[in-house]
Amino acid sequence: MIPATFEYIRAGSLAQALALLGSHEDAKVIAGGHSLLPVMKFRMAQPGTLIDIARVPELHGIDRHQGDLRIGAATTYRALLQSRLVSEGFPLLHECVEDIGDVQVRNRGTLGGSLAHCDPNSDLPAVMLVLGAKMVCVSAKGTRTVPAAQFFTSAFSSALQDGELLQEIHLPPLPAGAGTCYHTVAQAASGYAMAGAAVVVTKAGGKVTSAKVALTSSGDIGRVVDTSAFVGSDGGDAALAALGAAASALTDATGDLHAPADYRRHLMGVVTRRAAATALSRAK
Amino acid sequence: MATIFGSGIRRREDPRLITGLATYTDDVALPGLAYAAFLRSPYAHARITKIDTSAAKAAPGVVAVYTAADLEGKTGTVPCAWNPPNCDLKVPAHPILASDKVRYAGDAVALVVAETRAQARDAIDLIDVDYDPLGAEVDPEKAAQPGAPVFHDDVPGNIGFTWSCGGGDAAAEFERAEVKVKLRIVQQRLLPTAIEPRSAVASYNKGTGQLQLWVTSQNPHIHRFLCSLMLKLPEHRIRVVAPEVGGGFGSKIPAYPDEAAVSFASMQLGRPVKWTEDRSENYKCTIHGRDHVEYVEMCGMKDGRITGIRSTVYAGLGAYASTAGPGIPTILHGLVYSGAYEIPHIAVTVHGVYTSGTPIDAYRGAGRPEAAYLVERLVDTFARAAGKDPAAVRHLNFIPKEKFPHTVATGVTYDSGDYGPALDKALALIDYEGFRRRQAEARTQGKYLGIGIGSYIEICGLGPSQVAGAVGFGAGLYDSAIVRVYPTGVVRVYIGASPHGQGEETTFAQVVAQEFGIPVENIEIVHGDTETTPQGWGTYGSRTTAVCGSAVKIAAQRVKEKARKIAAHLLEASEDDLEWTGTAWQVKGVPGTAKSFGDLALAANVAWNLPAGVEPGLEANAFFDPSNFVYPFGTHVCTVEVDGETGEVHIERYVAVDDCGPHINPVIVQGQIHGGVIQGIGEALQEIAVYDDSGQLLSGTMMDYAVPKASQMPHVETDYTVTPSPVNPLGVKGCGEAGTIVSAAAVVNAVVDALAPLGITHIDKPLTPARVWAAIQAAKGGAR
Repeated sequence: MIPATFEYIRAGSLAQALALLGSHEDAKVIAGGHSLLPVMKFRMAQPGTLIDIARVPELHGIDRHQGDLRIGAATTYRALLQSRLVSEGFPLLHECVEDIGDVQVRNRGTLGGSLAHCDPNSDLPAVMLVLGAKMVCVSAKGTRTVPAAQFFTSAFSSALQDGELLQEIHLPPLPAGAGTCYHTVAQAASGYAMAGAAVVVTKAGGKVTSAKVALTSSGDIGRVVDTSAFVGSDGGDAALAALGAAASALTDATGDLHAPADYRRHLMGVVTRRAAATALSRAK
Repeated sequence: MATIFGSGIRRREDPRLITGLATYTDDVALPGLAYAAFLRSPYAHARITKIDTSAAKAAPGVVAVYTAADLEGKTGTVPCAWNPPNCDLKVPAHPILASDKVRYAGDAVALVVAETRAQARDAIDLIDVDYDPLGAEVDPEKAAQPGAPVFHDDVPGNIGFTWSCGGGDAAAEFERAEVKVKLRIVQQRLLPTAIEPRSAVASYNKGTGQLQLWVTSQNPHIHRFLCSLMLKLPEHRIRVVAPEVGGGFGSKIPAYPDEAAVSFASMQLGRPVKWTEDRSENYKCTIHGRDHVEYVEMCGMKDGRITGIRSTVYAGLGAYASTAGPGIPTILHGLVYSGAYEIPHIAVTVHGVYTSGTPIDAYRGAGRPEAAYLVERLVDTFARAAGKDPAAVRHLNFIPKEKFPHTVATGVTYDSGDYGPALDKALALIDYEGFRRRQAEARTQGKYLGIGIGSYIEICGLGPSQVAGAVGFGAGLYDSAIVRVYPTGVVRVYIGASPHGQGEETTFAQVVAQEFGIPVENIEIVHGDTETTPQGWGTYGSRTTAVCGSAVKIAAQRVKEKARKIAAHLLEASEDDLEWTGTAWQVKGVPGTAKSFGDLALAANVAWNLPAGVEPGLEANAFFDPSNFVYPFGTHVCTVEVDGETGEVHIERYVAVDDCGPHINPVIVQGQIHGGVIQGIGEALQEIAVYDDSGQLLSGTMMDYAVPKASQMPHVETDYTVTPSPVNPLGVKGCGEAGTIVSAAAVVNAVVDALAPLGITHIDKPLTPARVWAAIQAAKGGAR
């Protein structure tokens, strides 16, 4: 569990971080280190240089910006949990982050680090998808904004290009009266979801008026459930069951040590149904 | 005065342990220290066709690289120290470094010594080894079948032994019995997961020819003994020190090849060498526990009386016979089949099977949880088949109080017991009748509530040395203490056992404080160093308090008797005319004559005025060898709700009623029960070491091996009955393993009870959501 030799540089500013990225070809960016360091200790990753962006001031902070909530990429889970802007405006994000890792992980792990890692079993991508998050990516050439739906390209692969950093995450306000829920059944060892669903719904006059559903641990990152049949329904048992079935159908028929394929697909249906039911009960 | 014996004072060792002031093996720093790392086989079973260490030897900072060729003729092999009688045990050679073949993924092939830990690790990657992979088989039942790959040329068929025990006539009884049940039970491999991984620092002085070995050990005297064999170094030239040891759970009993290799390196180089395993190495190379495939049956009468039990067990030994490996599925397992019951007909057959997995050895409970689990699973299954309540069946079959001491059909004699009250207390605490009503109501709503009972006995307090010899254990099982009183009346106690988290620095001080009437602060307990402590046999098998604690008490009494002689002399009275006040000797009924323990300590140590024939000084030693094992017992009851859709098991309540005799410190007893229960719940619900078909450990990190976390575990409600043991002067029985013995059975019984309406009769642990869901699907006839 000793990594191969590497050079470590702590960036003091965004400009310095970008300059370092440009001048070190075999560099990896590190913030909380909770995804990168374990693979380095197993020597499955052997970067020549680590550029530490955890203390870059421009990558921190949670504030309102042009109607959105703006979150710096190096914001820790702990900072998210302590933010009333998050807990009051985006209870879904709070609910999700509360359950990530343990206290030590939440103290160091960062929102941007998790999103840029693009682990299909990570909780946050599904939450970003249903919240309609926008990712602000920065490079020496300037910034560009990538919607979450285009940011998570495939397992462990994001839309970030060489020399580019994730700088900010922008969350547009939830629809008025929206109910949200993030629900998982986790495997006991790692705490990672065997299946998870993030849901944002609105309702009016006994009907579902909008619904966004995205999945965790479905086999690939960024899977969003088609809710066209659910929207307009009464959100009752039959509609929820159909939504769950759609989530199951979207889940890969591959299993692992903890969740064989048939169980995972079944479970995805259950957690989706339950998350949607809870979200509906929370909608006003 | 208030008695300190029985008081729940806080553990005296904890402040240093939880503030980073304790010294563990890896903390040992010596001038000139070099660091070692092992190259370990990536294959489960392969022939080594080439080893080239030249690039590693040339790497920066590398001091030496050793392979089996370097050890040839200079070292012994890794011994197995438990050879049960009448089973024709075959112990194939276990080389310190693999020579011709590797036999599990993790088998050590080479040792690199370098100036820094990182340099040693880097050089490992530069060793070039060619392997010719051979077939793997980790399942002990499959490895025992014809056609399985053979791992040792001298063990054809991989069966290391076949051992039997029992009594009565089980075959005839199963013919005539009215009710018969059988189960196939898999008791999965578990990873002990002590928080401190294994570590060794060897320092050989070429001038004196002495080796000092700091090692993560539960039994430094056994380590000294076995290292002398591995290193071909006389025992009196070896000093073994177990500094703070961060948990063992059995995994730090064995002598491993690793400390021998590190010691060899130090002896070659004449400089100290340190090795500390990382967690991946710990999971691959430190012993695993359990690993049984069992075919078990129980029979009896329609009235609920149990009359017979029999089994055929395939017990995995792993790649090699570890130190105590063969004794665990035999002596510590087979002899326990009568449980808390009178079962006249018992027949046990155990096949010990070599596989291509990590060696199996003692893990908390070691053989006894496996036995309690199968017995208690069978009792529930039998009760259901007989149409009887499982609590009533247990009551009906308990050995009655008046029959103790009682010899059961397996031949062991239970020292004492009173099993009914513990069961009754547990049922009352959990409101058994109330739960059954709630369960019936819940079932009408499609909810799965269940209650599980586990009643157990444990054979522990290991044990009489004569019995150790008779059962082939290659060591004594007495223990020892020296109580040394200083002129100022403070005391150091040197013990042969080697506590590593169990709290004996506190409880043994309480025993001595009670004897002498002095504060516990005036007493230090010294352990874990063969240079200063008397010969003892270590801490395992819930033996330390019952055996070594008794030696402490006897030695303290000897000191007190010597003090009495001196007091009588100083008071010019007859010894018979003195009385002990709790803190002093005085002439009976004359308080003004009191000679306190401190007064007498000074008098003895300065020796100005001692009675004729009394030597100076105030110290005594004792070796205590018990007349029998101790047999703690109890009943645990657990209630669960199973989520029928996800398969998740939620433990509502867990009640443990244990009887380990009198408590020296009730808080420490409770802590031991808590820890044991949590380990058993982990075994029941989530822990399993999984290998793939090629013999690779898939659950090789904590991301996949589910050690219980506080947030996942229920509150454990504890209560007790107290039945003193007649076999030691403290009356105590072991409590270190008690919590682990039956907790897995209680949990699994509860889940099976919850799912009984579906016709489910058994699910193999661990009851992960996926397994429970699959069982429900199968019971419902659903597509799987």
